[in-house]
Amino acid sequence: MTDRIITYSEAIREAIGQAMEADPNVFMLGEDIGIYGGAFGVSGDLYHRFGADRIRDTPISELGIVGAAVGAALVGMKPIVEIQFSDFTAQAMDQIVNQAAKIHFMLGGELSVPMVLRAPIGSGTGAAAQHSQSLEAWFAHVPGLKVVMPATAQDAKGLLLAAIDDPNPVLVLEHKLLYKTSGPVTEAAVRTPIGKSHVARTGKDLVIVATGVMVSRSLEAAAALSEKGIEATVIDVRTLSPLDMEPIEEAVRATGRILLVQEAPKHVGFMAEVSARLAEGKSLYSLEAPIKRLCGMDIPIPYAPQLEKAVVPQIPNIIQAVEDLIREP
Amino acid sequence: MANTISPLFGHNGAPLSESADTARATLAGMLAVRQFEEAVDSLFARGLMHGTMHLSIGQEASAIGACAALEQTDFITSTHRGHGHCIGKGADLTRMMAELLAKQTGYCRGRGGSMHIADASTGNLGANGIVAGGIPIAAGAALAQKMKGTDRVVMCFFGDGATNEGAFHEAVNLAAIWDLPVIFVCENNKYGMSFSTEKSMKVEHIADRAAAYGIPGITVEGNDADAVYAACNDAVLRARAGHGPTLVENITYRWKGHSKSDKNLYRTKEEIEDWKHKDPIVKFENRVIELGVLTREECDAIAADIREKIRASISEATTAPDSDPAELLASVYRAIEGGN
Ligand SMILES: Cc1ncc(C[n+]2csc(CCOP(=O)(O)OP(=O)(O)O)c2C)c(N)n1
Ligand SMILES: [Mg+2]
Repeated sequence: MTDRIITYSEAIREAIGQAMEADPNVFMLGEDIGIYGGAFGVSGDLYHRFGADRIRDTPISELGIVGAAVGAALVGMKPIVEIQFSDFTAQAMDQIVNQAAKIHFMLGGELSVPMVLRAPIGSGTGAAAQHSQSLEAWFAHVPGLKVVMPATAQDAKGLLLAAIDDPNPVLVLEHKLLYKTSGPVTEAAVRTPIGKSHVARTGKDLVIVATGVMVSRSLEAAAALSEKGIEATVIDVRTLSPLDMEPIEEAVRATGRILLVQEAPKHVGFMAEVSARLAEGKSLYSLEAPIKRLCGMDIPIPYAPQLEKAVVPQIPNIIQAVEDLIREP
Repeated sequence: MANTISPLFGHNGAPLSESADTARATLAGMLAVRQFEEAVDSLFARGLMHGTMHLSIGQEASAIGACAALEQTDFITSTHRGHGHCIGKGADLTRMMAELLAKQTGYCRGRGGSMHIADASTGNLGANGIVAGGIPIAAGAALAQKMKGTDRVVMCFFGDGATNEGAFHEAVNLAAIWDLPVIFVCENNKYGMSFSTEKSMKVEHIADRAAAYGIPGITVEGNDADAVYAACNDAVLRARAGHGPTLVENITYRWKGHSKSDKNLYRTKEEIEDWKHKDPIVKFENRVIELGVLTREECDAIAADIREKIRASISEATTAPDSDPAELLASVYRAIEGGN
């Protein structure tokens, strides 16, 4: 199997193309995904390859789009919905939370909703408060939904393919700053398993757990820290629901120190769950310092570039947090 | 010192092109929108402005003609493509520019940018980053006027694309059943991003949708400031008199891409060129000159005056302090007066 260096967007597009070639039930629907190629250019030429029927441009009707995907999924199709910015899942929340998430359980288990919902998350583009949120904890809080956050081009492809295979509704939250980043991606349609955290780097001094764009920032911070003699393990959670704590606990046992990094606001964020699970488990006894979280500030994302940067963790903040953590008695 | 284009509050319903004062104000308003946006377009192109923005160049008659039907104390709700509405209601150009340049002196202290300008002093309840997000808000603001017994109205701007959101339908129905003093002004520029109205709806006109809610709907030549004003003035009178909402559809066109990432793949150069020949500013200028209301020289002088105002807005905004990160955490909630 060969790997090429392609972008995160190209990797997603490749996954969709391969899934559509393999299964006529797979189709895409969303706003401006046709000739425009998607607000972030992800669907690109898929419209020209598969036509308007399967790359289905929609009016601006998020609730309708997601609901239509739920309905189509119920009767055997495999829809991939693109919501232009994850903030607009708010428009579609009834269909995501009250319908898609519950149908399999609530209706007794015969029906299911094999739907994929892709949406860009995160700040860093100057789009301000209504276009920059990291709402993953909303979805992770709802039983019945699976939530993945690919941090690399390979996982953007692999997790999406796994999501398409999955018989349940899966939210694929893609960070918009990652779309133009590149990495090695396997040409074949390989899956990244849903429900497995990934150890992206190993080091003996502490473990950094991160999601989304914070994974690459943590890896860069770890590289810089290595030059100062501090060796960090970095774990990419990758799947928020269902959450795989095993590698995290193992790393805590091995290093005794843990830093949890997310872009989303700290209050009731995803890392609060990771923190609570650690505190409930035996690995707590291995800790030599309190669990530390480095998160976005508890405020909406501002427009001004210097403000926008200041409110979410950047590489120097991660380095600083690690140095503080290492110094703890 | 305020750097505004004085809107035409309290006008008597006669065509805007009929008298020198109203013609001057209308032309000044439209030119201000055009030149403000040309200026930000160029600041963006030169890397001096960040984020994204949505320009309404080509649509100026809709914003200015509609706002001309309002009183100073009336309210508006606006959209992501909101510079025209903001200027039409009397906003300060320097504070707008400062907001786009992410300055502490901007309307939102640099926190909102182009998509979120609001101006309580002129009754502008805010642009909106959420398509159709402002429509129910307009209905609510109008409900408050009715409950309080004021004679203020709310003018609600939104695009053609917004009428495919549930929020539009729910809000228009509420306003209809409660006879709320709101004017729904749809700026139909033929596209919601790349998706044309021909593809996004089965009815021919957005105004046709009014019938479903039992309110009047009217389709207007949106690049004709006189026509927009006339239709909006009727709707405002109706709303103020307690007869409820009207849906006004201004047919217009945006010359520029949807936002900064638009490659215009969904429309032809010819279509864009065709619409440039229907320039609302040229149309209005020609009319007032033909009517002998203003001379070409007077029109040019208005344009020069606006150019000066825009230049001043840039130079004042550029030297203003950058927005301040120190105050952010204390800004999420309004403090309770006298409380803790
Ligand atoms: C709920 C929601 N969905 C999608 C978007 C992305 N978006 C922003 S503007 C726009 C097009 C809006 O079209 P229209 O209402 O016709 O206004 P126009 O841009 O033409 O002025 C879209 C799809 C959004 N901001 N909010
Ligand atoms: Mg439009």
